[in-house]
Amino acid sequence: MPVARAIKLWQQTVPPTKGGKAVSAGEALAAVSVVEPGPVAGSRVATTVRATIRYILPPILGLLVFVLVWAQISAVSGLPGPLKTWASATELFAHPFYQNGPNDQGIGWNVLQSLGRVGMGFGLAALIGIPFGFLVGRFSFLSRMSSPIISLLRPVSPLAWLPIGLFVFKEAQPAAIWVIFISSIWPMIINTAVGVTRVPQDYLNVARVLRLNEWKVFTKILFPAVLPYMLTGVRLAIGVAWLVIVAAEMLTGGVGLGFWVWDEWNNLNVEHIIIAIFVVGIVGLLLEQMLVLVAKRFEYQG
Amino acid sequence: MEQRYVLLEKVQKVFDTRSGRFVALRDVNLTIRQGEFVSIIGHSGCGKSTLLNLISGLTDSSGGVLVCAGREISGPGPDRSVVFQNHSLLPWMSCFENVYLAVERVFGAREGKADLQRRTHEALALVGLEPATHKYPHEISGGMKQRVGIARALSMQPKVLLLDEPLGALDALTRAHLQDEILRIVAATGCTTIMVTHDVDEAVLLSDRIVMMTNGPAATIGQILDVELPRPRARLKLADDPVYNRCRSEVLKFLYERQNRPAEHAA
Repeated sequence: MPVARAIKLWQQTVPPTKGGKAVSAGEALAAVSVVEPGPVAGSRVATTVRATIRYILPPILGLLVFVLVWAQISAVSGLPGPLKTWASATELFAHPFYQNGPNDQGIGWNVLQSLGRVGMGFGLAALIGIPFGFLVGRFSFLSRMSSPIISLLRPVSPLAWLPIGLFVFKEAQPAAIWVIFISSIWPMIINTAVGVTRVPQDYLNVARVLRLNEWKVFTKILFPAVLPYMLTGVRLAIGVAWLVIVAAEMLTGGVGLGFWVWDEWNNLNVEHIIIAIFVVGIVGLLLEQMLVLVAKRFEYQG
Repeated sequence: MEQRYVLLEKVQKVFDTRSGRFVALRDVNLTIRQGEFVSIIGHSGCGKSTLLNLISGLTDSSGGVLVCAGREISGPGPDRSVVFQNHSLLPWMSCFENVYLAVERVFGAREGKADLQRRTHEALALVGLEPATHKYPHEISGGMKQRVGIARALSMQPKVLLLDEPLGALDALTRAHLQDEILRIVAATGCTTIMVTHDVDEAVLLSDRIVMMTNGPAATIGQILDVELPRPRARLKLADDPVYNRCRSEVLKFLYERQNRPAEHAA
């Protein structure tokens, strides 16, 4: 599926801030994975050991190298090191849900607020994008009609939409949701539409020979055939939405991870910023894994 | 038994391609008796599948008359059920559900759920697939998938059963086994059957008549051969049968002496 792949590539190239840290971690990982396990006798214990060496050791080593590199960089540049950040994190996560007024809330509240916004914007995008994708895929006229607009608007940086949202809604909260909505709708439209055009002609011929009505065609053939494509779109969309939320919240303020990052920058509490980066990464990973599980449930073999 | 059950008169099919009009079929005339088994054989690209699609209604004809059971053919319908070459089972449904979808569509308006389920089980039993009733297509072999496809087609109690190279994708042994199975099923149901094939033995073994197509473009029926072998037919006995061997060599002669052009074109 070239379009879906294109989106994936696009999504991967969108995050513009790839710091030296991440790259060095990647290089370290690559270096570690070259290590070959030595020859081991063919007993069951040996296989377990070999499996451990092959699959468990590399990620641990990778993380270790990452932490070491981080410690080195912090020693040179004055960034908070792993130990200092860890101490700060235990303190922070001891009370994740405290509330000292609107501008000073626990990390838990911030995460939940961000998730709520993403959920709203993403949910609306799914509600509109998926049915629209079906229509675009089913009717080539509509596809030709909408493709110039989609091609034009899709590459626009999500944050460029923020002023439009602020102008129309006159408020920060709906503007942030609007940004999530507009940035996560494209993968869902495009993947669903591609899925519809990829429904094998044989299945549609079966429907024609049986003379199934439109509703049956949709529920028994179209929808199940498109579902895997659609879920790919959903997965890409939620990735984009989670990428965008931090930046959107930095600009709109309120409660949320992005706002929290900015607030801690104003307090010059760099440990908390690093913690926020980890939290964003872990929550994003969990969202992605959740959808991978859902997608696996609906996979079928032809 | 109706003598002119399926009727094709001056049927032609023209495709509009980018390089202009392409005449695939011209002047096809054929009548098929009720209960007859007719094979359509020819080199690849001779339009035999196109002819079948015209009868199934999946493709519209460009001219001529096509009649099935006294009604002009316009569009596909469950009275002319098709067994597709690549089984075309819906992978998200079990064998039972695949057949049930067809049964429900055809008989759902008149019969209750219990009757529909009984019909589904009967259709699967007819092709010997009761043990695989609740398996999914990816869990069964290619031959079994094709049997489910046949069960689905027969469960609709079609007026005409259309087989589009139904065994083309199977290995030789499975193929022979399923040919015997088709012989048995056709004898049991007495269904009028039209089968597209490129296998000479298959055509002679199964058919009452073999329709041989000339090469395209503008293909048409070159010769029709009556296979006057008594039924029931047994594969092993037929191997030494003079009638069988005469039919076989007739078809081979037609394909490789009179219509051998595609091979030369390819060379």
